[in-house]
Amino acid sequence: MDLSFTPEQIAFRDEVRAWIREAMPPRIREKAAVDGHFEHDEIMAWHRILHAKGWVAPHWPAEWGGAGLDVTRRFILTEELELAGAPSLSPFGLMMVGPLILQFGTDAQRRRFLPKIVAGEEVWCQGYSEPNAGSDLASLKLSADPDGKGNYVLNGQKTWTTYAQYADWIFVLARTDKTAKKQSGISFFLVDMKTPGVTARPTLTTAGTPAFCDTFFENVVVPGENLVGPLHGGWTLAKALLGHERTYIAAVGMSTRVLRRVKRIAAATTERGVPLLEVPAWRSRIARLEIELLALKMTNYRALASAELGHAPGPESSILKIRGSEINQQCYELAMDLMGHDALSWHNEPGTIPEHEASVPPQFQYARAASIYGGSNEIQKNVIAKLILGLPS
Amino acid sequence: MNFDLTPDQKLLESTVASFVKKEATVSRFRALRDDPVGWSKSLWKTMAELGWIGLVFPESAGGLGGSFVDVAIVLEQLGAGLVPEPFVASVLCAGTALLRLGGPEEHEAHLAPLIAGDTSLALAWAERGGRYDPTWVETTAIRNGDEYVLRGEKVFVLNGHAADTIVVSARTAGNPGDSDGISLFVLPRDTAGLRIKTIRTMDGHKAAMVSLDGVVAPASMRLGAEGAAAPVLDEIMDLGAAAACAEGLGVMRAALGMTVDYLKTREQFGLKIGTFQALQHRAVDMFVRAELAKSTSILASIKVADPDPAERRSAVSAAKVELALCGRYVTQQSIQLHGGIGITDEHDIGLYFKRMHVLNALFGDEEHHLARFAAQPSF
Repeated sequence: MDLSFTPEQIAFRDEVRAWIREAMPPRIREKAAVDGHFEHDEIMAWHRILHAKGWVAPHWPAEWGGAGLDVTRRFILTEELELAGAPSLSPFGLMMVGPLILQFGTDAQRRRFLPKIVAGEEVWCQGYSEPNAGSDLASLKLSADPDGKGNYVLNGQKTWTTYAQYADWIFVLARTDKTAKKQSGISFFLVDMKTPGVTARPTLTTAGTPAFCDTFFENVVVPGENLVGPLHGGWTLAKALLGHERTYIAAVGMSTRVLRRVKRIAAATTERGVPLLEVPAWRSRIARLEIELLALKMTNYRALASAELGHAPGPESSILKIRGSEINQQCYELAMDLMGHDALSWHNEPGTIPEHEASVPPQFQYARAASIYGGSNEIQKNVIAKLILGLPS
Repeated sequence: MNFDLTPDQKLLESTVASFVKKEATVSRFRALRDDPVGWSKSLWKTMAELGWIGLVFPESAGGLGGSFVDVAIVLEQLGAGLVPEPFVASVLCAGTALLRLGGPEEHEAHLAPLIAGDTSLALAWAERGGRYDPTWVETTAIRNGDEYVLRGEKVFVLNGHAADTIVVSARTAGNPGDSDGISLFVLPRDTAGLRIKTIRTMDGHKAAMVSLDGVVAPASMRLGAEGAAAPVLDEIMDLGAAAACAEGLGVMRAALGMTVDYLKTREQFGLKIGTFQALQHRAVDMFVRAELAKSTSILASIKVADPDPAERRSAVSAAKVELALCGRYVTQQSIQLHGGIGITDEHDIGLYFKRMHVLNALFGDEEHHLARFAAQPSF
């Protein structure tokens, strides 16, 4: 056993750290320092900076504008970006539809879409979930019917389409065969958001920000060349997508950063003149969470070491999803508890509460999504129950 | 990074596992609960012949020069089978004290027969008022010419009831809580004034309460320089805690396995209870917790040999806390999912539950290690 990174990997980490320090524009750095909320244009500005460095798509082959990094360097790059508080890039193009087009698309589709994803010229969103479907993804109803002229006509609704209001394109799962068994009548389409009949209506989240949309499709005509993979074969693509980049799902870097903030808050918050960080009960609570995060990090490293040996991520990665989301939520919960009265503040003007606390209440709210999206934790538990423990149906 | 065992380590793992399955079964342990020793000297000898006792001792002391990772592999398998032989007490506790503080003569006299499986040892460090702090030594060793006179009481001495030799900590200077002034003495069990009272522990093991009523020990029985034993005791506490973590992994794995098997076979309401989602999710939570405890236990088994004590303490304390959080959950839920049968003495699952709770209390509980973790410079 060897639990350390190689000297080359450490040198790469140092290079990433130094570059981030250098490359981060002042406005982003100021927000990163207090973990502020990044607006869409700030995220895209950071996308272009990473693109100029060649690191925007670390997992893509160099031929398509990727960095061609091995699995460990990818992990290191992601973790350092998270630790630095850099804006999280929109994952829908880079992490989801891009790799799918690479794997299942035609050459024409690759040439048309991939360069614009890497360059940040076209922004994507994801059309999987539907009202009343939730985690039962295969029960989706959005219909795609051939019009006899080589096109498909889409009718129906998607929901929880994160940042659809900023997107140029959406990838959707649609039902192309209503008579087939649930999973086998679904196809995967790329849809231009400017197509007549597409409407995205943002919904406010409990965090007070418009993150999700309801997206409506009313007689939307999609050319046949925008079908990816075989007709009725969309379920294979949907599953492949869920398997991508599972080693990053634990978000250890992000939680590490939140926990650092927790300690900062604990050091700066006093009760009768004593910093909470010096109070044994609070110290124990922080220590317990830090240990739980360490356990998650080591579990993530075990998955990474296995990926390094070329093993595909197995159902074990559901552990990372479950604990990663739970620990992230606990970090924010602890921050809120430490803040006392300050935790009551909600989107007030700067200076109302200390700046390093201001983003905690909305982030605490938004963190609740982590155990719901990407396959709810209950779904992940079903996966482990069936595929690892072999429990009966 | 690489978490894989070497081919030699895999072989060791499968050897211990099949040995436990054949020779050191849980039903054997059940029978030994009523035995005054509680473990088998012939099995101990076999374990020695297989090389496990000598694993961590350097070749210069007659051992095999292995690593703590090797020991952890053995302990996990022993834990899965609830094997009661005194590996931790003899090898890691008393053995490490003799190895670190003793010279070639002590190694020859005490480690050689231990490694051969002819003797077993104990380390009497705990005192009633000190909880998990090995520097809280009220027992005194007053020098009188070439002799010391020892007075005091030691509690919960693992394997103290059966050990041929007991290594005892006593204060040659200073006050309880001081690091300086603690010395270790090697006392044969028949030493005059050494009173050993066998006690039962919750998990079906035995231990001893030891009192020293004017024990006269020649200076040659002192290990190492006078008053300088604290750093070694500190190291031993970490070895013991890391060992508890490794053993606890085996306990968790076995308890989870038994529980999942039970869910697959037990029927209620006309269905296998393993089809109920509420119970499936509980089993998954147990699995997830066992995996996370494994991750920190691996870290501890590597870092326990780290030359930097702060690194060692951080990793070991983290693993011990995680063991407490996860081990408790896994074994408590094992009982719950077994239902009423789970709290009967005839069913094995209760034995695992008990062993886990003893492991949690040994070498520092959750609160102790949380406080120590938070006291390290890296916190």
